[in-house]
Amino acid sequence: MFAYYKANQLKLAPWIFLAPGLIMFVLYVIMPVFQSIAISFYAWDGLGEKEYVGMANYVELMDDEAFYTSLKNNIIWLVLYMLAVPAGLFMALFLNQNVRGIRLYKSLFFFPFVISQVVVGLVFSWFYDPSYGLMNILLNAIGIDSIAVLADENLVTYGIIVAGLWPQTAYCMILFLTGLNSVDTEQIEAARLDNAKGWRMLWYIILPQLKPATFIAVVVTVIGALRSFDLVSIMTSGGPWGSSRVLAYYMYEQAFSEYGFRMGYGAAIAVVLFLIMMVYISGFLYKMYRDERGH
Amino acid sequence: MKNKKMLFKKKLVTALLATVFSSSLFAGELVIYTDTSDPAPRKAFEDVVKGFEAANPDVTVKLNIMEREGYKTSIRNFLTADAPDIATWYAGNRMLPYVNAGLFEPIDDVWEKHGMNESLASSASSLTSDGKKWGVPFTYYQWGVYYRTDIFEANDISVPTNWAEFKAVGVKLKAAGITPITIGTKYLWTAAGVFDYLNMRTNGFEFHMALTRGEIAWTDERVVNTMNHWKELLDLDFFLDNHAAYSWQEALPPMVQGKAAMYIMGNFAVAPLLEAGLTEDQLGFFQFPEITPGIALAEDAPTDTLHIPANAKNKVDAKKFLAYVTSVDVQTQMNKTLGQLPINAGSQVADNKYLQAGFKMLSETKGVAQFFDRDAPAEMAKAGMEGFQEFMVKPERLEKILKRLEKVRKRAYK
Repeated sequence: MFAYYKANQLKLAPWIFLAPGLIMFVLYVIMPVFQSIAISFYAWDGLGEKEYVGMANYVELMDDEAFYTSLKNNIIWLVLYMLAVPAGLFMALFLNQNVRGIRLYKSLFFFPFVISQVVVGLVFSWFYDPSYGLMNILLNAIGIDSIAVLADENLVTYGIIVAGLWPQTAYCMILFLTGLNSVDTEQIEAARLDNAKGWRMLWYIILPQLKPATFIAVVVTVIGALRSFDLVSIMTSGGPWGSSRVLAYYMYEQAFSEYGFRMGYGAAIAVVLFLIMMVYISGFLYKMYRDERGH
Repeated sequence: MKNKKMLFKKKLVTALLATVFSSSLFAGELVIYTDTSDPAPRKAFEDVVKGFEAANPDVTVKLNIMEREGYKTSIRNFLTADAPDIATWYAGNRMLPYVNAGLFEPIDDVWEKHGMNESLASSASSLTSDGKKWGVPFTYYQWGVYYRTDIFEANDISVPTNWAEFKAVGVKLKAAGITPITIGTKYLWTAAGVFDYLNMRTNGFEFHMALTRGEIAWTDERVVNTMNHWKELLDLDFFLDNHAAYSWQEALPPMVQGKAAMYIMGNFAVAPLLEAGLTEDQLGFFQFPEITPGIALAEDAPTDTLHIPANAKNKVDAKKFLAYVTSVDVQTQMNKTLGQLPINAGSQVADNKYLQAGFKMLSETKGVAQFFDRDAPAEMAKAGMEGFQEFMVKPERLEKILKRLEKVRKRAYK
């Protein structure tokens, strides 16, 4: 045994170092994924006996209005949440200068990302409050009637996304700010000599160098959009009448909430969400893999 | 040295034996989980625990009070993983998932031994399933219409007793620029209270119970009648604007400020209304008026309950505690603090005009429902309440909503 170790020490050592991490990852990430998939084939209230129902949960999902509402909202989230990337970029460009106290301004702009999503949700629900909210006081001041954003089935998702963009933009901003730090000054000098300014400078010189930062920003925003849950839960609980649900929240509602006793159905929703995420995650992994090997 | 060790061992063994054999004498700890996080219920429970400890000096009670909404989701975990000896919960269909999963202990012996079958007779049925009793009630409260007496007087309105009068009240209030009924449906259940009353008044108690038991189609003409009555109120613009954005507490200020005159609510709304500045002279209570003439008036009166989890460690003392909580004097005192109604027939109802009115109303009624989300199973309740909220904002979708509920009904009752 010891002799074997001696002979293969170089091969074995990395695995020994990796072992704690791998065990955790398998125990808390990989296994639950397969458990969820397994549960999605059962009808189970989380307490009693499981009953095997095959594909019934998925069949029901295909015929469930609430599922399609959630799916639609997830897509709206995905598309609009992307605004955080350009918005973060422009904030970063704006803050990337040397004036007195710039560090303070930077931290103030970053502040929304530091505070909890729950607080963001509360702040925005007060902001939208139809009778005492700041937004409607302002609207009334210029002669527009109050809009109950969170009680309107057509506006509610957009209202929550705006709240979500506030911290997400700050996050993207920080990513771009660090990216801007490593922009090659010599290239900028050279471009300047060639008379590049403004947009052309940004588009041809700065942005290509920000590619890694942009990539990370897009990935975290996609994932952030797909797992949006806290804001929906805090601001509307999925309402009015379920029109602001997203898949993650619908899964929670079916499986864990006050009226949810359908673990199997919840698991089926989670599997669908997992598959959607898988598209992005495998793209992300593929790119990482390619980059590591040097194209 | 060796001797000392032996002595210690002997002592240990005796101590262990003592705990095993004299559990009634040396019972120790009783763990109670409750969801009574509001000030009055919290005090009520703390007082009861003090009283119980004084009466049973050998028992130490560990009272663990949790936040009300959080409790509803954590109960599933602690009943299976780390069960207390007693837990609060709700009667009716709401307790069935735990009863069916074998997580509550049947306690017919407690009911027998302490004569509860007589003293608590009125709530026996809501705690019975499979012919066994699964807990004891400790409080209940009436639902009905709370209203601003001063606004009614100022507009020369008298308390309505039938549907036409009720609608006329609303028309008068509207003319005076006052919202007739305040409501906040963000958390859905408030709308279910309105539905319960409209349905029980339109079709009667038996029909309502059959509907929540899943025996009647949601697309049934009689349900449509109920919803049409609701639509009459919506057409008259009875309810607070933007109600889907408010919780029930957030719907209180319009009533306090005199911008709204009525609230269809449980008696727990009285305390915050009085605290917010209304006086007892300004706030009145009346029974929800008759709709279909001749149908007996049934009421919503949710019962809160105590249960012994099947995995409890100290069932002996837990049973003692249940007997203590439901006894005549403790019930009188406890519900005085709670501002609710005692469940023991021998207890006194607190000298409070809302409770007296509620008690009188409930003792004359033929049928008592728990509440929509306690009478109907979870899945149906959730879908139903969402449908009611949607209907209140988009009444034109009635047919679609009822079809959807019918689909849920076919699946939820198996």
